[in-house]
Amino acid sequence: MAAAAAAPGPGSGPGDSPEGPEAEAPERRRKAHGMLKLYYSLSEGEAAGRPSGPDPLDPTDLNGAHFDPEVYLDKLRRECPLAQLMDSETDMVRQIRALDSDMQTLVYENYNKFISATDTIRKMKNDFRKMEDEMDRLATNMAVITDFSARISATLQDRHERITKLAGVHALLRKLQFLFELPSRLTKCVELGAYGQAVRYQGRARAVLQQYQHLPSFRAIQDDCQVITARLAQQLRQRFRCGSWATSHCRWAPRSAPPLPPEFCLPALHLRLPSCREGGSGAPEQAECVELLLALGEPAEELCEEFLAHARGRLEEELRSLEAELGPSPPAPDVLEFTDHGGSGFVGGLCQVAAAYQELFAAQGPAGAEKLAAFARELGSRYFALVERRLAQEQGSGDNSLLVRALDRFHRRLRAPGALLAAAGLAEAATEIVERVARERLGHHLQGLQAAFLGSLTDVRQALAAPRIAGKEGPGLAELLANVASSILSHIKASLASVHLFTAKEVSFSNKPYFRGEFCSQGVRESLIVGFIRSMCQTAQSFCDSPGEKGGATPPALLLLLSRLCLDYETATISYILTLTDEQFLVQDQSPVTPVSTLCAEARETARRLLTHYVKVQGLVISQMLRKSVETRDWLSTLEPRNVRAVMKRVVEDTTAIDVQVGLLYEEGVRKAQSSDSSKRTFSVYSSSRQQGRYAPSYTPSAPMDTNLLSNIQKLFSERIDVFSPVEFNKVSVLTGIIKISLKTLLECVRLRTFGRFGLQQVQVDCHFLQLYLWRFVADEELVHLLLDEVVASAALRCPDPVPMEPSVVEVICERG
Amino acid sequence: MEDDAPVIYGLEFQARALTPQTAETDAIRFLVGTQSLKYDNQVHVIDFDDENNIISKTVLLHQAGEIWHISASPADRGVLATCYSQAADSKVVTCAAVWRMPAELEPGGQESPEDAASPAHALELLCLLEPAARGSTACVTWEPAGDGKRVVSLADSHILLWDLEGSSSQATLASSASLEGKGQLKFTTGRWSPHHNCSQVATANDTAIRGWDTRTMSQIYCIESAHGQLVRDLDFNPNKQYYLASCGDDCKVKFWDTRNVAEPVKTLEEHSHWVWNVRYNHSHDQLVLTGSSDSRVILSNMVSISSEPFGHLVDDDDLSDQEERRLEEKSQEPPQDSVIATYEEHEDSVYAVDWSSADPWLFASLSYDGRLVINRVPRALKYHILL
Repeated sequence: MAAAAAAPGPGSGPGDSPEGPEAEAPERRRKAHGMLKLYYSLSEGEAAGRPSGPDPLDPTDLNGAHFDPEVYLDKLRRECPLAQLMDSETDMVRQIRALDSDMQTLVYENYNKFISATDTIRKMKNDFRKMEDEMDRLATNMAVITDFSARISATLQDRHERITKLAGVHALLRKLQFLFELPSRLTKCVELGAYGQAVRYQGRARAVLQQYQHLPSFRAIQDDCQVITARLAQQLRQRFRCGSWATSHCRWAPRSAPPLPPEFCLPALHLRLPSCREGGSGAPEQAECVELLLALGEPAEELCEEFLAHARGRLEEELRSLEAELGPSPPAPDVLEFTDHGGSGFVGGLCQVAAAYQELFAAQGPAGAEKLAAFARELGSRYFALVERRLAQEQGSGDNSLLVRALDRFHRRLRAPGALLAAAGLAEAATEIVERVARERLGHHLQGLQAAFLGSLTDVRQALAAPRIAGKEGPGLAELLANVASSILSHIKASLASVHLFTAKEVSFSNKPYFRGEFCSQGVRESLIVGFIRSMCQTAQSFCDSPGEKGGATPPALLLLLSRLCLDYETATISYILTLTDEQFLVQDQSPVTPVSTLCAEARETARRLLTHYVKVQGLVISQMLRKSVETRDWLSTLEPRNVRAVMKRVVEDTTAIDVQVGLLYEEGVRKAQSSDSSKRTFSVYSSSRQQGRYAPSYTPSAPMDTNLLSNIQKLFSERIDVFSPVEFNKVSVLTGIIKISLKTLLECVRLRTFGRFGLQQVQVDCHFLQLYLWRFVADEELVHLLLDEVVASAALRCPDPVPMEPSVVEVICERG
Repeated sequence: MEDDAPVIYGLEFQARALTPQTAETDAIRFLVGTQSLKYDNQVHVIDFDDENNIISKTVLLHQAGEIWHISASPADRGVLATCYSQAADSKVVTCAAVWRMPAELEPGGQESPEDAASPAHALELLCLLEPAARGSTACVTWEPAGDGKRVVSLADSHILLWDLEGSSSQATLASSASLEGKGQLKFTTGRWSPHHNCSQVATANDTAIRGWDTRTMSQIYCIESAHGQLVRDLDFNPNKQYYLASCGDDCKVKFWDTRNVAEPVKTLEEHSHWVWNVRYNHSHDQLVLTGSSDSRVILSNMVSISSEPFGHLVDDDDLSDQEERRLEEKSQEPPQDSVIATYEEHEDSVYAVDWSSADPWLFASLSYDGRLVINRVPRALKYHILL
């Protein structure tokens, strides 16, 4: 067993030792058996091996059930020493005594209780007997009473019947009396103005009178009542009319006007408006009248017509007053005040009317509702027309916040009647108006931006045209550009901010789908921002197409500046503006929007066109100078050249000026590295003989054939020169363009003339001079050489007596010049 | 394919003047005038054999001076007019004269090759269009449909109408008019309209185009600043009487309706330098040829403003259904103006282009270095227009 208990390792369960199930099985079976027995309280005689615990079957247990005195004594005698025996004997004696006295006490007490119980039972027996007697007496008395009562009721029977009849008669009489008194009461009520009371009386009597009208007396009463009722109705009607009239004019107040029944109070929303209560005091009264009239059984159809007619009168009054505010004569209040008036006067009134109508004529069903809707629609449209007229006056103003607040108020006010009268579509119409106004505002802002752009352009023009104070340079082009760019940007931001008011959270219409979606994406982003950028590009492009090809209209510097502006837009500003817009107006709309890249491409195209145009214009200016100089001179009879002609110096000066101008805005650009002399050297140092040597051979023709051959060979090796070719965005490219145009013009002009010997030499000198100074501006100086070579070669061809000047002399003249 | 290749002919001298022999309607023949200050100038009569792609030339001496402009009589194959400059004692004067080609050249012009090598024949002077003190003549233009009796010459600021009498041997000044205005006004070019019974001439000076009535010698219309810069050439649409094409130094070709001259009908900007020449095709006026000093010749298809904006209209009923359908499809294509071809055979500025008078699909262009190039309209387009 111990081995078996030690065998299972730690962690394995105590019952599942796999190595010895056989050995353990009988032991376990016996144990379970014992437990079962214990449960069924069976003695377990054979269970001798129980390890511990007092055995209930132990015969030596004093308190046990199987106590055997003999065994116990034996045991004591066997086991205990004398002293212990003595002790236990003493103990035993004492215990026995205690038990004895206890028993005695118990017996005594029980006896006492038994005696008292016997006494009580006896007493009860007596009492019951007495009670029996009394019950008998009661029974006889009851019989007697029953007898008497029967007799009395028999006696009273007929009298009771009579009394019942009399009571009935009395009630009837009282009703009759009411009826007979009804005319006078009604009259009195009418006189007192207690119309409500009168109508209640009339209502109560009506059915009865209707029932008994075949009796002459009742008929008379009924007739009387009808007369009075008619009068009452008439008075009510009069009051109804008068009340409506009184609202706007005489404020007629009835003496007995009851306090407003609470149910006629309009929803709290309207009562909140301060002017609503005073302005519309007639409406509840009227409503009461109508209610009474209805109770009098007046035809509801007619009443509702009349009700609406009166309401119309009152509302039209409001509209007139609004229109008067619009009118040209009194100074129009600002738009906020106007919408306030409209909101409190007209819309409040309309609300009251609608609420009262629905209360009163609920029974009319859909036809009545339709009537009301039509009524509201008609008046609403007139109101809207007025509001739109007023808003149209606002179009020109720049204050968006006031307008937005006014619109907000206008829209908020109309929500209440909109809820009341869903069928009239007032809320929708109001939203539409707000949307339209918002759209117009966008258009207005677009125009404002365009105007601002044009304005800043005008400023630039003026700054460019302003006469330069000697010694003091005007604002540089770069500065002007920065001014223009920043002013446009600030205008755009201002526009965005003011348009943003439309979508502010606290504005009631900002959660309309239009303002959440279309307004942001199509309105602000597309039509305002993209529209502006587009129109800016178009405006800029229009400078290219303007008839001022002769150079008159647009100062070239402006073209340059615009080109740079557009290029800046392409590189940074457009994406910045659009990001700004998208952030401010979280565009949720899925409609397609113009991507940034498209706009950038447009801006780049514009910049390119402007720059190309700039090149053309500047090229033209220089071309014209050159052309005039060639055309007006008599080349045949010219003198031997002593100087470079002034025109050429002018050309170089102008080119330098253009170079400076372009340099202010555009980067240098890439130059074809030619030789070491592309570094900046002074003019005088530059004129090396190496340059001279390079182009000297080209003008030594002996016969035209040679020249032809020469120039043809030259052309074979040089690329074709595209004169008016597109330019890149850098200074060198721009100047290359301008110089190409100029030199090509010179070439064509030279070909149209005939030169004398000295004419040719003059051309030679001029070209060398240009050569000296122009190479530094262009990307590829070879180009200048080529063109100038061709000019000289052409001049030589056009000369009947071509004797070229000594290159050294040419150089000397040029250096001197 | 083979005959789409250009045919190139080189002259020894610089040349600016080119004209088709207008009166010749069978053979393809061009006249080219040279410019040389040192040698005798020549008029090259160039015959092109279409079938064999062979050019044959005849050189006629024009000893008077270098030729700036040349025009052939519309009636007489042997008669031509030139504007030429003479350098006389340190002064250059441009004159105009009417010439006759030597008689033996006229029939057919089929000379033996050795004829070219032999000393050239000289042109026979018929008459001078040069009254004294009229300045230099820029241009001579013949009455297009006439009998070769009337020419207009433009000298400085004067427009002169001449009657040629006695088989052109005598020129009398019929009438004249002159430009009035500030500064030195100078005609640069002119063109006689084939419409209105040949009563209109258009001229250009500086940036303006003017129309004249030859009967009264009065101005009909004036397009101020027709071009941004100098107007270089004009041409009338042969089929639409009010349409006029012009070109100039602003690299543009503009098409005008002379009834409304406020705006051009159409503007082309294909060239990258001055456009020196513009010519309508004589029979298919959608074909417009331009030559420019960017050394390019451009053939454009101006369908939308031509007399056949919707393609060739076929009235024949006997076409098969299939063909008709094809035609319908074709006519449904929207007419589109486009550049048909850019010819880059020249290496110098092209100063003259013109269509052949005999073959409407053939044209010649002349560049300053004396290179004459004969080209054809692309065959695909030709069939597209014809069918």
